[in-house]
Amino acid sequence: MYSEKVMDHFMNPRNQGEITDADGVGEVGNPTCGDIMRIFLSVKENIITDVKFQTFGCGAAVASSSMATELIKGKTLEEAWEVSNKAVAEALEGLPPIKMHCSVLAEEGIHKAINDYRIKQGLPPWEEKAGHHHGHDDGTCET
Amino acid sequence: MANQKSVYMDHSATTATDPEVVQAMIPWFSNQYGNPSSLYKLARESKTAIENARSKVATAIGAKPEEIFFTSGGTESDNWALIGTAFALRKKGNHIITSGIEHHAIQHTCEYLEKQGFSVTYLPVDESGKIRTADLKSAITDGTILVSVMFANNEIGTIQPVKEIGKICREKGILFHTDAVQAIGNIPIDVGDLNIDLLSLSSHKFYGPKGTGALFIRKGVRIDNYIHGGGQERRKRAGTENVPGIVGLGTAIEKVTRNLEDNSNRIRVLRDRLLDRILSEIPHTRLNGHRTDRLAGNINVSFEFIEGESLLLLLDHAGIAASTGSACSSGSLEPSHVLLAIGLRAEIAHGSLRLTLGRENTEEDNEYVFAELKKAVERLRAMSPLYADYLKKRSRHV
Repeated sequence: MYSEKVMDHFMNPRNQGEITDADGVGEVGNPTCGDIMRIFLSVKENIITDVKFQTFGCGAAVASSSMATELIKGKTLEEAWEVSNKAVAEALEGLPPIKMHCSVLAEEGIHKAINDYRIKQGLPPWEEKAGHHHGHDDGTCET
Repeated sequence: MANQKSVYMDHSATTATDPEVVQAMIPWFSNQYGNPSSLYKLARESKTAIENARSKVATAIGAKPEEIFFTSGGTESDNWALIGTAFALRKKGNHIITSGIEHHAIQHTCEYLEKQGFSVTYLPVDESGKIRTADLKSAITDGTILVSVMFANNEIGTIQPVKEIGKICREKGILFHTDAVQAIGNIPIDVGDLNIDLLSLSSHKFYGPKGTGALFIRKGVRIDNYIHGGGQERRKRAGTENVPGIVGLGTAIEKVTRNLEDNSNRIRVLRDRLLDRILSEIPHTRLNGHRTDRLAGNINVSFEFIEGESLLLLLDHAGIAASTGSACSSGSLEPSHVLLAIGLRAEIAHGSLRLTLGRENTEEDNEYVFAELKKAVERLRAMSPLYADYLKKRSRHV
C-alpha cells in the first residue's frame, strides 16, 4: 500500500523530536480524526536552521511529517512557505488517495509554525489557505 | 530478511486451511469433478459428498441436514437471511431489530432494507459490547418480523446473551437470526436449545477453505430465494455447488467441533497470559470488550496517545500479523463503529489493536509479540505530541 520511500521515512523518521526553545511552533489536526502534527522551528536570519516534529497518526502522517521537515530544513521562510502538500507527496513517491490529507496536514503545519514565528517577531502573519483539512468544528473527519 | 520470525495473530480475519481439510478437498478438484446435478456415477459421488458435508454441519450445530444450505460464505448467508426473510414476511410487518455492532454484512444489508421501505432498530450496547434484553423487549412491535444479533463480535469478541434473545423471540413468535461466523468452532452451539431460527457460518474462520459457508434455516421458516437460477440446494440456492469447498467445510467443522472445548480452553489460557501482560506491563492501556464473556482467542486493547495503523506497520515489520479499529487502516476516516458503540472516544478507538490467537499459537509467540508490541508502543509514544503533553502535565503535577 505504501511506497518504499514512505516506509523508509516511517521506519526511520528524520527530525523527530522537540525543540524546547523553538522560535515557531505549529500544530494541526485533531485527535478525533486520528492525526495531530506539531512542527517546531529554529530560525536565524530568515533561515530555518533546525526543525523537529511530533506526530500522532498513521504511517503516512509520520512519513509526511518527516519528509516535510527535510524539505524545509536550511530553507528561507519564503521558500519553506512554498513547499506544497503535492511536493511532500511527490517526494514520498506518492501517497494512497485516502492518505493525501496527511500531506495537506504537513503543509498546514509548516504554515502554522512559520506564522507563529512571524507573530512572535511582531510581523503580520502570511495568509494561510482556507482550512481544507478535515473539519474541527462539526466533529466530522471528512477531508 | 530470510529468517525473520513471523507470528500470525489475526485468526478472526481468517485461518490457514487445515492440512487434513486440504487433503479431503483435493480429489474433488481433480478425479471427482462430476456436477452433482447430473445423473451418472461420477455426479452421484459428488452429490453424496455434499450430503455427507451437510450432515456434518447439521451435527455440529444440532440441526437437521435438510435445514443446512451451502453458500459462498458468511456475507452471502447474512444477506440471504435478512433480505430473504424480510421480503417473505413483508405482509406481516416491516420492522427488523439488530444491534449497533454488527458486521458490515449485516449492517449494510439493514441499510439496504431501510431503502426498500423496512424500518430497522439498531439496539445500543453496554460498555462491554452486550445488548440489553430489556432494550430488545421494548423495541419489539406488532410489526417486528426479524431479530438479527450476532453471536460473538468480530472486533471485541464479546459474546451476546443469545439464549435469552432466542427465548424472547420464540415467545413473541419473531424469527431470530444470528451471525455466528466468529462463534463456530469457538463456542458450542445448539440451535434447538438456543431457539435460533437462522444462523450464518463461514468455513475459513475455522480452518476451512475460503469462499464457502452455510445458512441454517429452521424447517418451516418462510424465506425468499436470494440467488436465482437452477434447482440446487432443494431449489433454494441456485448455482453449481462448490464441491471441494463444501467437502472442506464439512471436514473442518467436524474437526473443530470434536475438540472444541479443549482447544478453546488452551487458547483462552494463552490469550489470558498475553492479555494480562499487556495490561499490566504497558501503561495507559485499556481492554475493549467483556473481560470473560469473549471469544477465547480475542484481545482488543487501546493504547493511549498512539494510532493503530502505525502500530500495525511496526508489528508487520517485525513479522506480526494483527488488526486495528483505527480509521486510518480502513479506507475511511471514521474509526470502528463497534469501538464507538461501546463508548470509546474516537482518539482511543484510533489507538486500538486486535490480536486474535488460534490453535497454532504458542507461548513462544506470546513472548515475541509482547516484546515487539512493547517496543512499538514506546516508539510511537516517543513521537506523539499527545504523549509529550501528558508527560509535561504530569511533571507539573508532581
